[in-house]
Amino acid sequence: MTVCTPIASSLKQTPLHALHAAHGAKFMPFAGYDMPINYGPGVLKEHLHTRAAAGLFDVSHMGQIVLRPKSGNLADAARALEALMPQDILSLEPSRQRYALFTNDQGGIRDDLMVANGGDHLFLIVNAACKDADEAHLRAHLSGTCIIEPLTDRGLIALQGPRAAEILAALCPEAASLRFMDAVPLSIMGIACVVSRSGYTGEDGFEISVPAREVAALATTLLANPDVWLIGLGARDSLRLEAGLCLYGNDIDATTTPIEAGLGWSIQKVRRDGGARAGGFPGADVILPQLANGAVRRRVGLRPEGRAPVREGAKLFADEQASAPIGLVTSGGFGPSVGAPVAMGYLPPAHAATGSLVFAEVRNQRLPVRVSATPFVPHSYKR
Amino acid sequence: MTTLYTDDHEWLRIEGDTATIGITDYAQSQLGDVVFIELPKVGRQLKKGEAAAVVESVKAASDVYAPIGGEVIEVNDAVVADPAQINSDSMSAWFFKLKIADQGELAGLMDEAAYQAHIA
Repeated sequence: MTVCTPIASSLKQTPLHALHAAHGAKFMPFAGYDMPINYGPGVLKEHLHTRAAAGLFDVSHMGQIVLRPKSGNLADAARALEALMPQDILSLEPSRQRYALFTNDQGGIRDDLMVANGGDHLFLIVNAACKDADEAHLRAHLSGTCIIEPLTDRGLIALQGPRAAEILAALCPEAASLRFMDAVPLSIMGIACVVSRSGYTGEDGFEISVPAREVAALATTLLANPDVWLIGLGARDSLRLEAGLCLYGNDIDATTTPIEAGLGWSIQKVRRDGGARAGGFPGADVILPQLANGAVRRRVGLRPEGRAPVREGAKLFADEQASAPIGLVTSGGFGPSVGAPVAMGYLPPAHAATGSLVFAEVRNQRLPVRVSATPFVPHSYKR
Repeated sequence: MTTLYTDDHEWLRIEGDTATIGITDYAQSQLGDVVFIELPKVGRQLKKGEAAAVVESVKAASDVYAPIGGEVIEVNDAVVADPAQINSDSMSAWFFKLKIADQGELAGLMDEAAYQAHIA
């Protein structure tokens, strides 16, 4: 068997790299960073612990960007950003956050991100692999209306799981009163943080932006509670897959539209046909007709009927003999909380109904796979 | 009975013309929690270096290659039913047994001391 040893040279490090190493992290390259894939307990136990108690994730590799309106009027920044995405940013209330998509002229997705209303600014959290391109995209289109500030001196951690709220509240009582997708500045141990009640696991929890030089102190304090374990990117992936959440680069990319990806819910009415600010974003001429009439393929949840995991890249077929594939698996693996393999992929509408049976090709075998509703594990958000 | 090792982290227990094959503790520790294993069919003729079995952890699938050639004479159904045995006791959780085709192929394998040096 082949055991890979990644080469760590020229990789960037997050402000928590030394803390990961001290906690026995196994590292791998991810989006140009040397990131922890798992710690001593391993992916399976880290995953289950997050759903049972609380997991602490270092996501400092992600991009944090502040947009400030040059006019001083936040609506100007919101309108400018709406020219790059199909979301309603203008009516996003102060201290609220929203899932958003940068689209391209073909209707594809340049990146998925979070946008928060910070009162006098907008706060964007973008994917690590896309952050340089996103910044360039913002500079190309928004420089006239906004000051664009990438926050390169801040770390980002996520505390996720059923015990996250009481654990964070012990350090910061105000955190307990946040609702899902609230995003507010809060002082934790005297550190100026921005805390949102959100995450990428399907569990209740928080994402906390922290000055880089103080993120290790905050992480260390949280880890002093034995219910808090460090969780690596391996379990982050299996948690988000069970939660039915897309991974940019796998399940969505520049060639998948929001409608194909099942993300039409993220496009508010005001930006749809008939809405007061309909269209006016890249690819609107593709995306809005698809929203009304459907797309030629759709992202679906998949449950392999056997025990063998079906992983990204596996082709999907209508039956065991068919020579031409009808779809593709974009994420897949074993779901520790489900106790069985789970996957996501794309299928034409005729095969995309929940309960449809298709076949995935794995090692030259056709394995039966059932189209399934997502999430595979119910969300536990505090709405 | 002799135990030999490959540089791909498999172990072979040699008894007469039978080789029992599994993966080492180092291999299981690198893989993490094993959630699925696929073994060759009894009767299959394996050539040295051929992909013979698959071990899947939560995150990745890895091939296990036949360390020597031979016919598959028995597989361990218990480890298929409970792949976690590979993590808890990799030296007992054997995968399959081969009828050794060519004893000469054993010459290229490592003994315990050489393997420990290999992974050190």
